[in-house]
Amino acid sequence: MISHFLKLEWKQFFRSSSFSKSIGAKILIGFLGLYFTGCFLLIGIGAYWILKKQFPEQDPLALVNSFLMYVIVADLIFRYLMQKLPVMNIKPLLVLPIQKSKIVHFILTKSSCSFFNILGLFFYVPFSVVLITQGYNLAGILGWLASMILIIQSVNFFNFLVNKNTSVLVGLLLLLIFGYFIQYFNWFDLPGFIGNGFDAVYQSPILCLLFLVMLIGLYMVNFKQLRNEVYLDALISEQTKEINSADLSFLEKLGDLAPFIKNDLRLIWRNKRTKSSVWMIAMGLLYGLFFYPNPMYADMEFIYVFVGIFSTGTLLINFGQFIPAWDSGYFNMLMSQNFKYERYLKSKFTIMAISVVALFVLGIPYIYFGWKVLLVHFAAMIYNLGVNTHVILLGGTFNRKRINLDEKAAFNFQGTGAVQWIIGIPLMILPMAIFGLINWLIGFEIATATIAVMGFIGIALHKKFMAAITKKYITNKYVMIHAFKQEN
Amino acid sequence: MIETTQLSKKYGKVEVLNIASLEIPTGQSFGLVGNNGAGKTTYFNMLLDLIRPTTGSITNHDIVVNQSEAWKNFTGSFIDESFLIGYLTPDEYFDFIGDLRGMNKADVKLFLTQFGEFFNEEVLGKKKYLRDLSKGNQKKVGIVAAIMGNPQVIVLDEPFANLDPTTQIRLKKLLKTLTTDKDVTVLVSSHDLSHVTEVCERIVVLDKGLVVKDITTSRETLKELESYFAV
Repeated sequence: MISHFLKLEWKQFFRSSSFSKSIGAKILIGFLGLYFTGCFLLIGIGAYWILKKQFPEQDPLALVNSFLMYVIVADLIFRYLMQKLPVMNIKPLLVLPIQKSKIVHFILTKSSCSFFNILGLFFYVPFSVVLITQGYNLAGILGWLASMILIIQSVNFFNFLVNKNTSVLVGLLLLLIFGYFIQYFNWFDLPGFIGNGFDAVYQSPILCLLFLVMLIGLYMVNFKQLRNEVYLDALISEQTKEINSADLSFLEKLGDLAPFIKNDLRLIWRNKRTKSSVWMIAMGLLYGLFFYPNPMYADMEFIYVFVGIFSTGTLLINFGQFIPAWDSGYFNMLMSQNFKYERYLKSKFTIMAISVVALFVLGIPYIYFGWKVLLVHFAAMIYNLGVNTHVILLGGTFNRKRINLDEKAAFNFQGTGAVQWIIGIPLMILPMAIFGLINWLIGFEIATATIAVMGFIGIALHKKFMAAITKKYITNKYVMIHAFKQEN
Repeated sequence: MIETTQLSKKYGKVEVLNIASLEIPTGQSFGLVGNNGAGKTTYFNMLLDLIRPTTGSITNHDIVVNQSEAWKNFTGSFIDESFLIGYLTPDEYFDFIGDLRGMNKADVKLFLTQFGEFFNEEVLGKKKYLRDLSKGNQKKVGIVAAIMGNPQVIVLDEPFANLDPTTQIRLKKLLKTLTTDKDVTVLVSSHDLSHVTEVCERIVVLDKGLVVKDITTSRETLKELESYFAV
């Protein structure tokens, strides 16, 4: 039976119409995966000595333990945003003589072999080996390692459970911030407290059985929940909630673009697939906080460009790169309706442009890190408006992959994968390189001005660009119609 | 007038459609019948410029459909559910199509009042997305959207499929009034021979991409068709 499932998975992967297109991206992801594994492996091996050197009076294992709370919470958040839960199109299997519990077990087991679960091991295993060679108690370390593996698996299944629930994500973020602050102000050492718990596991390894119980419990809950959802009405009932349509009539001012823009806003709010990119916006806006507080980046001004482009352009990138695939479900209708293609593209452009300006305004508090930062962000905004919007619209002509917005599959909560981050790279590398080069050769002001001027040139040529892009879309029309009909 | 000349469509070496000549005069109600794979939907898709012909062309009111887009102004169509925007409510969808067809909100409202019976109070004003409607109700929305904005040409692929008997009868009435009251050309395809013979003045039978029969509907037509398809 399992081999049947595996064969189906294999065929699904290789026979999907997007396969040949995204093979490049898949290879890139593969390399990224290797890179991360390599990093984790190196850190895993070196961590003991690094910690020993930095904090000679503390025990490396205890130090690692005291950080585990952050690691686990961050892992959860990361998975929430990035991990694709194993989707198997089970509908056709339901009427076949396969026990439903078997299908569910397979889905769950498959999820526990995900890359996200294996990645952590590349740190924990070598770290444990090093600890053992350094004379730590063998049984204790094995118990500790087992606990780590069990926790990773538990996180995996926990993620499965919370996937429908954004308030859990908010809770986790709050926990992370809260934990940091109470530790920072020395009120209570929550991470340390949890770390003590892990120290205890090392002392009496039998405690790792607790985590085993937790894992089994989570698995059972998952199993029960999914087992109940393997029904058609369970898949459907979730959808038929009463809806309230917001009044978007204020958009009428936008004239003949209004109907499209209204639709796009509804598209973003009403589909699971697009809702997750709204979360990406929040992430993108705060992205600078990863870099600016860190003195290491203080002299690396090209980082400002990166953050500027990224934080003002998250919606541009997340939404833009799937134009026109967002509309793939009803592309035929659009193509036989009475409007100019340019008007359609213009409405997409307008949404992106408005979002870029709005995100810049929301990012003004970055001035806290110096006027230079805000200046570069401003230049980056202009660059986004003038260059990246057009680049991404042009990139859209290569979209050959249907997006199923009304995917009702209960297991497909997040369509966003790592792929979309990769496509963003060329949008950012170029301005960073130009800025970095001129900044190094001439100076900061000229470099900033260059980025802005490039943007202004793009804005000035907007009409010409749009005409050319529209032409490209029209020539690609039939290919897109054909491709969007294919189910992935 | 819709003129088809030397139209063919090939996928690789397989020819799925080949119509040497077909003229549909303005105001005619035209029916297309044929078994699966006969080329009905392919023909409609080419008429709507969603597929390119391998040779030949279709001219819709003097406009070659794959050269100019002007035909979109006066052509309404509904091929399948992929013409619907799943995340809109029916009312929002009608507003959207109305916008594209140059109707304001009041026009749309007025237009929709005549379809209260057709929708059977299951569609309008209900807070449901189109994707959550039943197949039949989705079809109703698509058909009504296709006749918004007074199109001169209406293309409906399999309009009777999935509809309940009452709605089928109402739809037949609707299609008849469209062609008698106005100068509207209606093109429908169907597997249901009795519906087509009731609605259409002229019926063309396609088989493996070729026109095999071109009948002006009379009392004997249904029998003729039934004996043709009974193999």
